[in-house]
Amino acid sequence: MTYIVEGESGPWEVVIGLEVHAQITSNAKLFSGAATAFGAEPNAQVSFIDAGFPGMLPVINHECVAQAVRTGLGLNAKVNLWSRFDRKNYFYADLPQGYQISQYAHPIIGEGAIDIELADGSTKTIGITRLHLEQDAGKSQHDQHPTKSFIDLNRSGVALMEVVSEPDMRSPEEAGAYLTKLRQIMRYLGTCDGNMDEGSMRADVNVSVRKAGEGFRTRCEVKNVNSIRFVMQAVETEARRQVEVWESGGTVEQETRLFDTSRGITRSMRSKEDAHDYRYFPDPDLPPLVIDAAWVEGLKAALPELPDARRARYVRDYGITPYDAHVLTLERETAAYYETVAKGRDAKQAANWVMGDLFAAINRTKSSIAEPPVSAADLGALLDLMADGTLSGKLAKEVFEVMVETGRAPGAIVEERGLKQVTDTGAIEAVIDQVLAANADKVAEYRSGKDKLFGFFVGQTMKAMQGKGNPALVNDVLKQKLS
Amino acid sequence: MHPTDFTLAGALAALNEGAISAEELTRAHVAAVEALNPKLNAFITTTSEKALDAARASDARRKRGEAGPLEGIPLAIKDLFCTEGVRTTAGSKILGNFIPPYESTVTAQLKRDGAVFLGKANLDEFAMGSSNLTSAYGGVLNPWQRKDDPSARLVPGGSSGGSAAAVAARMALGATGTDTGGSIRQPAAFCGITGIKPTYGRCSRFGIVAFASSLDQAGPFARTVEDCAILLRSMAGHDPKDSTSANQPVPDFAAACGRSVKGMRIGVPREYRLDGMPAEIEKLWRQGLDWLRDAGAEIVDISLPHTKYALPTYYIVAPAEASSNLARYDGVRFGLRVAEKDSDLRDLYERTRAEGFGAEVRRRIMIGTYVLSAGYYDAYYLKAQKIRALIASDFDAAWAKVDAIVTPATPSAAFAEGENADDPVKMYLNDVFTVTANLAGLPGLALPTGLDHQGLPLGLQVIGRAFDEETVFAVGAALERAADFKAMPAMRAGA
Amino acid sequence: MSLDTATVRRVAALARLRLEEQDVARVQGELNGILGWIEQLQAVNTDGVEPMAGGTPGGVAAMPMREDVVTDGGQAEAVLANAPDREGEYFGVPKVVE
Repeated sequence: MTYIVEGESGPWEVVIGLEVHAQITSNAKLFSGAATAFGAEPNAQVSFIDAGFPGMLPVINHECVAQAVRTGLGLNAKVNLWSRFDRKNYFYADLPQGYQISQYAHPIIGEGAIDIELADGSTKTIGITRLHLEQDAGKSQHDQHPTKSFIDLNRSGVALMEVVSEPDMRSPEEAGAYLTKLRQIMRYLGTCDGNMDEGSMRADVNVSVRKAGEGFRTRCEVKNVNSIRFVMQAVETEARRQVEVWESGGTVEQETRLFDTSRGITRSMRSKEDAHDYRYFPDPDLPPLVIDAAWVEGLKAALPELPDARRARYVRDYGITPYDAHVLTLERETAAYYETVAKGRDAKQAANWVMGDLFAAINRTKSSIAEPPVSAADLGALLDLMADGTLSGKLAKEVFEVMVETGRAPGAIVEERGLKQVTDTGAIEAVIDQVLAANADKVAEYRSGKDKLFGFFVGQTMKAMQGKGNPALVNDVLKQKLS
Repeated sequence: MHPTDFTLAGALAALNEGAISAEELTRAHVAAVEALNPKLNAFITTTSEKALDAARASDARRKRGEAGPLEGIPLAIKDLFCTEGVRTTAGSKILGNFIPPYESTVTAQLKRDGAVFLGKANLDEFAMGSSNLTSAYGGVLNPWQRKDDPSARLVPGGSSGGSAAAVAARMALGATGTDTGGSIRQPAAFCGITGIKPTYGRCSRFGIVAFASSLDQAGPFARTVEDCAILLRSMAGHDPKDSTSANQPVPDFAAACGRSVKGMRIGVPREYRLDGMPAEIEKLWRQGLDWLRDAGAEIVDISLPHTKYALPTYYIVAPAEASSNLARYDGVRFGLRVAEKDSDLRDLYERTRAEGFGAEVRRRIMIGTYVLSAGYYDAYYLKAQKIRALIASDFDAAWAKVDAIVTPATPSAAFAEGENADDPVKMYLNDVFTVTANLAGLPGLALPTGLDHQGLPLGLQVIGRAFDEETVFAVGAALERAADFKAMPAMRAGA
Repeated sequence: MSLDTATVRRVAALARLRLEEQDVARVQGELNGILGWIEQLQAVNTDGVEPMAGGTPGGVAAMPMREDVVTDGGQAEAVLANAPDREGEYFGVPKVVE
């Protein structure tokens, strides 16, 4: 469905492109040997290189290059065997060198494309313009002192990938789906942890509006949006603002804007007088980045299965619906969990349990698929107990709840609590005989044609058996006795 | 013989034989520094106590049979090399209180090999200059004097003016320098000593305050070619901390000094014959070529057609890189901060940098910022990079015909303070013969081969192929033997 | 290309160099002197020439790489020791408002 902003002059189309800054998963920084872990004491993970001390020189981290290449391959993009680092010159308190080392003219990754999934079940291809490597800046804290900002350089020099999309998105939903997919791919690849809360992924959102059939109008860049929800909100609000500007006879100026999350609006970020002039030039401290085609092939061969392929395989091999396959492959951990449960079992039943009871339990216990309340092996064992008739569906749900509470294996719980289903026909007959004897009037009614009472006898029998009677056997014996 | 009159090789031999101890040798040089530095201002910071401690430790090592190749040799260190725990100013007010918590690779290697550091030598601010007059710590007096005007204050050249003056005045047996456009070779020539800028990538730049990263290269000063060769061997070598450091074996440069030049082809680039070049420079050059011919070399006329564009090219590339390299001096993490009570961050930056940097540094930052700015990049910076490529390919073509190139080192002898001061471009022309080797990344050695009519030293330059310093040393040593340069500056230790 | 005073001011601002009003004309003169001298480069034909960023023949042609191992950091004291304004474990600057 087409997303439209209704203006006074009629409908407007929205054009969106995203520049996503993703922190590369690595032990050490892009150009220094300092650590990258989140949450360290201020300035504890800083080398003199990261702090821009005199005479300090950058040496690139091989793994960061590999991570960029893996990501490029995951985005179906061209890998450039020759690339280069430029300096982007500007002054800022948390930019110690006075420049950011980035790949401006010659990025390591060129054009690519990914498919995004939309709510109506359709997919859309979004073009990737490029991916390049660059350094992150430090962090300024503005709330620690009445007249000062405090600078922490722990982030300074951490490796980032900037992934630039084509202006191919046309709605907040598409922007959200793109970011979701990009995050999913990088998490599958292990190249970015995608923790938006910790700043591992931030997006600059380029938004413009236009009338149907027009070329592009001037765009604005909404900087540093740090959640998928905010990206969608920023698109919506910025598009509406631009429509208002155009319709009131004004002109949208190309500028950088900030998304004010508390008020849900965007506002101009920097005044025009200090127009950006980054004075890019090749970093003379760094020779060109030259990588080997065979090495790239090796990385390609070692890539894990990506979400699209995995989803298709689930539909094909497990026979589950495309929607279920989509949900189960959103996170690599979920997919791995599901595959453990489904292996050698009823794959559809496994899908239902994972998406139903397990997800509910995760929500309820505020845990995660990475640290699930019930292990995949235990859930599999529970399914086995149903398959061999030990547990009814109802009992299985009860056992599952105990598993969530205690973290114990289903077999042990069944043993201990005597929850084992009764499949002994004689025992069932004995109970049924008692039930029928105690309800002779109802038996008479049933026999005189009141069929609906059958459920009553099942209920009474199960109640007498504390729910442990095998439902199929109970049914059979009852039918027999009542006929 | 006074201990300060040793050559470096001679001192090593004397130390080896036990004729002198490192402590005695250092004490003599410390005394020379104390006596002469108040006049020459060759050192910004002296570290006499540390030097004597280091010398005693050196004697102990020698006693244990653990003597390194430079064991006990007192040196001056250009104050552009970061030295752990010892103030490093880069000749600038902006780093006036900076104490590096790390050691440059070059100085670490010199220490590893047993050298003793006397202190931090004066220099033009951030190595930008050819006179040492841009230093925030005052100019350096050239120890040589004009015959007919001994009171004229002559400059030692720059930017490594303090290093050159210290070695010439026998305050140190050798010194480190850096050379971005001629900053080792021009002061060596002005002070009548020897200095070599090795091939780009030969010495690590790690821990050296950067001026122009694609041109900067460290090298030694000493009073003989062989002494330079000995020092370079310790300074050179691959460093994984510098991405531009070459992974090339370090040969025994001193051994190359004894090589014959017989059969070598020596290039004479016609473009280095400048209009209005003083006759005595012309004569010095011809004399040098005659000596080499006499030693069996073949003299070959060559052309380096883009030579005349080298200096203006340099004055785009170097300021551009400098404008970016010097952005880190912002008053936040180290060095000077200048702010008013109500200064915002931007005002703090602008005041700190305007007051912290001297006029020449500010000028070059402005030029560099301008040539990189939007709309001018292609016309200036990209154009300069292309001409740089042409200059490098001129040399490539020459190497098909010759093994080394010999030119004058400077267009004149040392000038006096105040001369050349009216016009920055006039000052820049000092580097006209040296700057090409930086742009092409080639090794260049300057050595004294004669005196001008005022009794001031004049030098020749030997340029070689990339990573062929051995040939450069061989040619330099041949010139040195023939010139038999014995003149000494008026101001020197033991004089 | 010669610089007007507005450009001189703009360049000084880009470089974060405070420029007093009375110095603008002098600085303009110096810069124009240097740029005028540099202008001779425009006469050189550089068609088809690949720009040279640095280095030397036989030097480092491709960037060397480092292993992904933590070898540095854990030295906040040393990092902060030279700071003109140290605020606990942070560098202090005048408050930045965005």
